[in-house]
Amino acid sequence: MVDTANPFIPTQYRIQKVLGETYDTFTVELVPLQDNDGFSFLPGQFNMLYVFGVGEAPISLCSDPAIETSIKHTIRAVGTVTSAIQRLGRGGVVGVRGPFGTHWPLDDAKGNDVVIVAGGIGLAPLRPALYQIFAHREKYGRIALLFGARTPHDILYKHELERWRGRFDVEIKVTVDSAINGWRGNVGVVTTLIPGAQFDPLNTIAMICGPEVMMRFTIKELQNRGVKTENIYISMERNMKCGVGFCGHCQFGPTFVCKDGPIFRFDRINTIFGKREI
Amino acid sequence: MGKNNKNTTEKVILKHDHFQTLIDLLKEREYRIVGPTLGEGAIVYDDLNTVDDLPIGWTDDQDGGVYRLKKRNDRAFFGYTVGPHSWKKFLFPSQLRLWKARRDENGFHIENDKNEIRKFAFIGVRSCDLHAISVQDTVFMHGIYSEPNYKARREHTFILAVNCGMAGGTCFCASMSTGPEATSGFDLALTEILQEKGEHYFVVETGTELGAEILLNVPHREAKKEEIHAAETIIKNTSQSMGRTMETKDIKDLLYRNYEHPRWDDVAKRCLTCANCTMVCPTCFCTTVEDVTDLTGEHAERWRKWDSCFTMDFSFIHGGSIRASAKSRYRQWMTHKLATWIDQFGTSGCVGCGRCITWCPVAIDITEETREIRKSEQTHSPNNSIKEGNNNENA
Amino acid sequence: MRTLEPFLAEHPFLKDLAPEYIKLLTGCASNVRFDAGQFIFREGDEANNFYIIRHGKVTIQLFAVERGAITIQTIEAGDILGWSWLISPYICRFDAQAVELTRAIALDGKCLRNKCELNHDLGYELLKRFSHIIVQRLEATRLQLMDLYGAHK
Repeated sequence: MVDTANPFIPTQYRIQKVLGETYDTFTVELVPLQDNDGFSFLPGQFNMLYVFGVGEAPISLCSDPAIETSIKHTIRAVGTVTSAIQRLGRGGVVGVRGPFGTHWPLDDAKGNDVVIVAGGIGLAPLRPALYQIFAHREKYGRIALLFGARTPHDILYKHELERWRGRFDVEIKVTVDSAINGWRGNVGVVTTLIPGAQFDPLNTIAMICGPEVMMRFTIKELQNRGVKTENIYISMERNMKCGVGFCGHCQFGPTFVCKDGPIFRFDRINTIFGKREI
Repeated sequence: MGKNNKNTTEKVILKHDHFQTLIDLLKEREYRIVGPTLGEGAIVYDDLNTVDDLPIGWTDDQDGGVYRLKKRNDRAFFGYTVGPHSWKKFLFPSQLRLWKARRDENGFHIENDKNEIRKFAFIGVRSCDLHAISVQDTVFMHGIYSEPNYKARREHTFILAVNCGMAGGTCFCASMSTGPEATSGFDLALTEILQEKGEHYFVVETGTELGAEILLNVPHREAKKEEIHAAETIIKNTSQSMGRTMETKDIKDLLYRNYEHPRWDDVAKRCLTCANCTMVCPTCFCTTVEDVTDLTGEHAERWRKWDSCFTMDFSFIHGGSIRASAKSRYRQWMTHKLATWIDQFGTSGCVGCGRCITWCPVAIDITEETREIRKSEQTHSPNNSIKEGNNNENA
Repeated sequence: MRTLEPFLAEHPFLKDLAPEYIKLLTGCASNVRFDAGQFIFREGDEANNFYIIRHGKVTIQLFAVERGAITIQTIEAGDILGWSWLISPYICRFDAQAVELTRAIALDGKCLRNKCELNHDLGYELLKRFSHIIVQRLEATRLQLMDLYGAHK
């Protein structure tokens, strides 16, 4: 939890488990070194993870928010800090600051259909939303999860997706941009799944996370189907150093992605979204 | 700063030779006295021991990309405007250790790192800078979180303001409604008066109980009507001799409408992205952090340093920089200062101090850039249809 | 097959098409089925049909000697398969293979082509609708080309 008196001080967590997800992503399960009151967060929020002497990186929470004794982060080892977390491995200690930022509109979505569109590792911050929806399944209408990955080897949470696919109350569609021999699933960008997905556009809340280009085309496709701009939510990524709106790095027009985001209702940023170099 | 009190607004006269008494009293109360002094070929803010550390008899000559110290023909204490420093260097140090940690059998632990922070007395704060301090107060203390390092420095600061007796060549506080008269945010405010007969005194206004308390022990007398009038005249003259003006009407929407204006390409050709403007700006607050370890690898520290939106690294996310072009970085800075700041914090991020104009090596002028964008809207409507010729001049 | 008329009239692809054209299309339509693994058409074939997929899944493939069949895109229920029948030289550009039991309505493109030549209003209506399909495929292909989720080091 954030130390409100000094939000810059990290709390130590031990890496209790490391789960390899794909060839370049893994999930760490973290437990606090000292007993605390539990870690509560809302789906879509992120933590700053610190490696001793190396630095900090913002990483979305991807675990079930109902579980407060441990937290999970799915990490793609592409930077200094993320690679260092990978090297730490099981038993290693990291610093945690957070949770920070806004969350997916799970309350507003009640009574509506929900369409979740994820691209690549963008599925990670949406997983807590799915857990929460499944925990209160009766409160929502139809649920569609449309997930696009690079190749079949890049599909995150494979077993979970298979398990969820077995449920009769959720439509799960996975597609890959580039197939390999033996892949019998869909091929094509994730936007191609939208026209055929089952939801009532006028009563749908859409939650999108992925690279900006993917989100741009996803939004267009959802709007083509009649989903209202104010019912579309996206998760933005910007450089973040402090997580609390002081360092200025994550500015996106008039917003600070760390505190006004990362989840934005699309109509609040649509005039600047997609503009070059804002 | 102490509490504001309406009953303490009676103006009094402080003779120039009693100014040292004021400093001594603040010292007795264990303030660290900082204020204008000569250094680095300019008037900078640093520790003051005695009144003689002030740049007495000096002034400055400022214009776009130009700053020169000059001798005055009198012994004015505050006969100059603002230099390259601002008070943020004290309240928001350019380098600050956020914490230190040590490796241990459990991984690592954060070590207790309580630094005693001496309370500051700021001597000679101009109205633009009072507004700048107030702007940073909002940034650091009025959000969901309060920035503890800033708060610790800010809370006990004593502020002695000075109403400007002259306007600099790059000043435009009058058009930003941030000066030249100090109207709030001070404990005491002075207007310096030098008469031809050699009389040298200050008309003093009290802003807080603390100010009144300090003043109580400095020899002073009640101000006469004509003395108050003389002070008002000085401020009025300063207000009318601003080197620059900024038209602020509709400025937020003006810039929001013109994200794609060709003027940004034009300014990008001149801008060196040196970040000077952000360093001298009294409201710019961006920082980066550096994590360091010692040779043993047993100790780690996290340092926070001033950063600038003009660097490539600033907007870097995995894959590349969001703002790779000079154009986008200048646009980010100026649009933040004059437009998005208003949405973020309810005020402009610009206080009209003119530092960014003076200290820009190529004399880019924020008032001129704004004016050009505004002008193009007036001459070419609808809004941003600018003739293509602009872009080809230097081709 | 009178029963196909309401289906065609309600299909989003043919939405708002004049009733006489729907009638005309119905005259060129027939129900077809393809077993899993069966090719619907192959690259280089004369393109004489297009299909409205009712059920199942079809892959659009390119065959590369060194890599085998590469799937570019999959097409499912509700989608339209085949546009080469409308654009000269009326030759299939890709392979289309059913990956599971697939049911579709086949429309006789050769017959429609001739009708479009005689009736440009009909031709324009169909061309508009097929351009839309082609643009969608092009956009999707361009996005695939971006390698959106790559590491981009």
